[in-house]
Amino acid sequence: MTNIMIVGVGGQGTLLASRILGAAAIANGYDVKVSEVHGMSQRGGSVVTYVKYGDKVYSPIVGEGEADIILAFEQLEAYRYANYLKKGGKMLVNIQKTNPMPVITGAAEYPKDIIEKMRQKGADIIDVDAFSLACEAGNAKTVNVVLIGVLAARSNIEKDIWLSALEDTVPPKFLEVNKKAFELGYNL
Amino acid sequence: MIMKKLMLGNAAVARGAYEAGVRVVSSYPGTPSTEITEEIAKYDEIYCEWAPNEKVALEVAIGASFAGARAMSCMKHVGLNVAADPLYTASYTGVGGGLVVCVADDQGMHSSQNEQDSRLVAISSKIPMLEPADSEECKIFTQKAFELSEKYDTPILIRLSTRISHSQSLVQEGERENVELKDYVKDTAKYVMMPAMAMKRHHYVERRLDDMRKLAEDCEFNVVEKKDSKIGVISAGIAYQYAKEVFPDASFLKLGMINPLPTQLILDFAKSVEKVYVIEELEPVIENHCKVLGIDVIGKDILSNIGEFSVAQIREAVFGEKADTIKIEEPMPNRPPVMCAGCPHRGTFYVLKKLGLRVSGDIGCYTLGALAPLSSMDMCVCMGASIGMAHGMEKARGSEFARKTVAVIGDSTFIHSGITGLVDIVYNKGTSTVIILDNSITGMTGHQHNPATGFTIKGEPTKGVDLVKLCSAIGIDRVTVIDPFNIKKFEQVLREETEVDEPSVIIAQRPCALLKDVKHGKPLEINENCKVCKACMKIGCPAISVIDGKVEIDKSLCVGCALCVRVCRFNAIGAGGAKDD
Repeated sequence: MTNIMIVGVGGQGTLLASRILGAAAIANGYDVKVSEVHGMSQRGGSVVTYVKYGDKVYSPIVGEGEADIILAFEQLEAYRYANYLKKGGKMLVNIQKTNPMPVITGAAEYPKDIIEKMRQKGADIIDVDAFSLACEAGNAKTVNVVLIGVLAARSNIEKDIWLSALEDTVPPKFLEVNKKAFELGYNL
Repeated sequence: MIMKKLMLGNAAVARGAYEAGVRVVSSYPGTPSTEITEEIAKYDEIYCEWAPNEKVALEVAIGASFAGARAMSCMKHVGLNVAADPLYTASYTGVGGGLVVCVADDQGMHSSQNEQDSRLVAISSKIPMLEPADSEECKIFTQKAFELSEKYDTPILIRLSTRISHSQSLVQEGERENVELKDYVKDTAKYVMMPAMAMKRHHYVERRLDDMRKLAEDCEFNVVEKKDSKIGVISAGIAYQYAKEVFPDASFLKLGMINPLPTQLILDFAKSVEKVYVIEELEPVIENHCKVLGIDVIGKDILSNIGEFSVAQIREAVFGEKADTIKIEEPMPNRPPVMCAGCPHRGTFYVLKKLGLRVSGDIGCYTLGALAPLSSMDMCVCMGASIGMAHGMEKARGSEFARKTVAVIGDSTFIHSGITGLVDIVYNKGTSTVIILDNSITGMTGHQHNPATGFTIKGEPTKGVDLVKLCSAIGIDRVTVIDPFNIKKFEQVLREETEVDEPSVIIAQRPCALLKDVKHGKPLEINENCKVCKACMKIGCPAISVIDGKVEIDKSLCVGCALCVRVCRFNAIGAGGAKDD
């Protein structure tokens, strides 16, 4: 069983990322469950999506210490869910930072040197400047697909399967730019 | 091999209803149930609609059922309260065509104001309830529910929960069954619920419940999975999935029909194992049933009836095992949801806070106005409550108090159950000021049309409710329509309307910033005029923050709505958008 968590800020496109991942896993013949967040927390709140695949999946939720991979769209969200990482698991962290409202209002401070601190705790982290790569691909909104590319290169699913999952999930109008974003992430 | 499809639980319920030949679906949106009806709307063969509220939705489905069609109504757990009146009596009348009511609970309150357990409604309304544990079951159980409804002459409840509704798993699609309309038969003894007839039907309901109890004993959805006999687990729905991971070797009794519960099946299962655990979220419904049967079970003595479970939580409660994890001790800031950049409600709440008004609030995106820095909502209870509560406060403390109090309610919520509150204010000589936040859509649940938008669920143009005419017909003589981003004028109107000794309505009109046809200017920038007075921070926009002592606008978030430009006194925010008009 492979347990993957996608964490980020509502509006960053984590839902699409989880759907591409789910489509790739199912094309590979696995049993799959994808758990999403809809409703209030989507409004700029902390969002987490779970993707689990293997011979037979029961719970759609990944628990603390169970994630093989955490794909984080934002640093503070990576930090928030670091305790979900399995010993020996990997974190793929987009280095973008988005201030939450308590930081904006001055009620709290955004923690410093998050990636360094998590490494000191023993987390295996690959940090990615997904925003720059997305811009390089031609659309800042393809951050999610860049990160899926980074994940794909480290998964037990063939690249062709990822590419057809991308084709099935992304609107045709945006397929080219998303393919480019995927490649930039994949080849990182 | 036929390919299975990855599908949300909600989409699978829609698929099941489609394949069962459902003809009429009427619902009101509410997380986590909304996507069922949105998916239904994609099938051309099914008539479907957003009703003004859950009560009307269920009444439409009941009428369709009496008329001989298979019908369904879908809602969230608190929506079932609104629909409770028709529900309890539809239990007596029974059905014509199959009638299914789908209710989605929200354990953990991901997007709700309480976490009531709908199984208790099934018990008290004496309506059979099924509970699927994944998307495939969502489809199959829904199909079967229509068949059971017709066979036993009863509505059937299907209970979902957030993690079932919003999880995707594999589903095998089938063909749509061709179900003919049943003949319409006038049957007053069955359909006119006056005391004499209703009493006879109550006798019928009790007989039916006995029949259903027999069905529960060998229902295909109540399944024994025999493994090791040391531990036996009784569970249902999403809790079953968690329990399967916690107890991989145990024997299971998986209940798919959770009202009424089987008796002999449970007794036999309990006898076949040494120790019985009941794993269920929220109320101890299965557990209490077991205890009445004299079975010694472990359940709520080690597991909470608050919030949702996780595998780790159950494992710790049962085996005392804790997951070995990376521990971060540093406190970190929360990331609560916020009003989006460009949200029209931001203007409203900025002014409400500035004037220091007490705000009786309601359910929708704008409930986020309760959070810092806007912090301008004093109470929020249920759909439509803002207006009645404001009136109650006035009657408790007098009209002087009312001058510093307003009710705030969204357009869809006002149509849902705010209108009657406004009638009460006029009828009983209140003087409250009610602000209707008209953002031209039902926002929080993800952009559904409602009777005020002028479009149906299928996007067809229709008559939209004219809020101004409606309010004046009720008897409100002071109705003002205003753009909440015009903060100077809005403040002036608010001062006037709260001061007058009669009820008034302010319609704050500006479309949701996320609607496709809403176009603002380019992202804005802070220029050299900025004195870091932080006035722009008071609007609580997620795009504006102070970084290293300087105010900055995050270009990836800013939509150029220019509300910040209107509150800036130093002309320090530029490009796109206009100054106050």
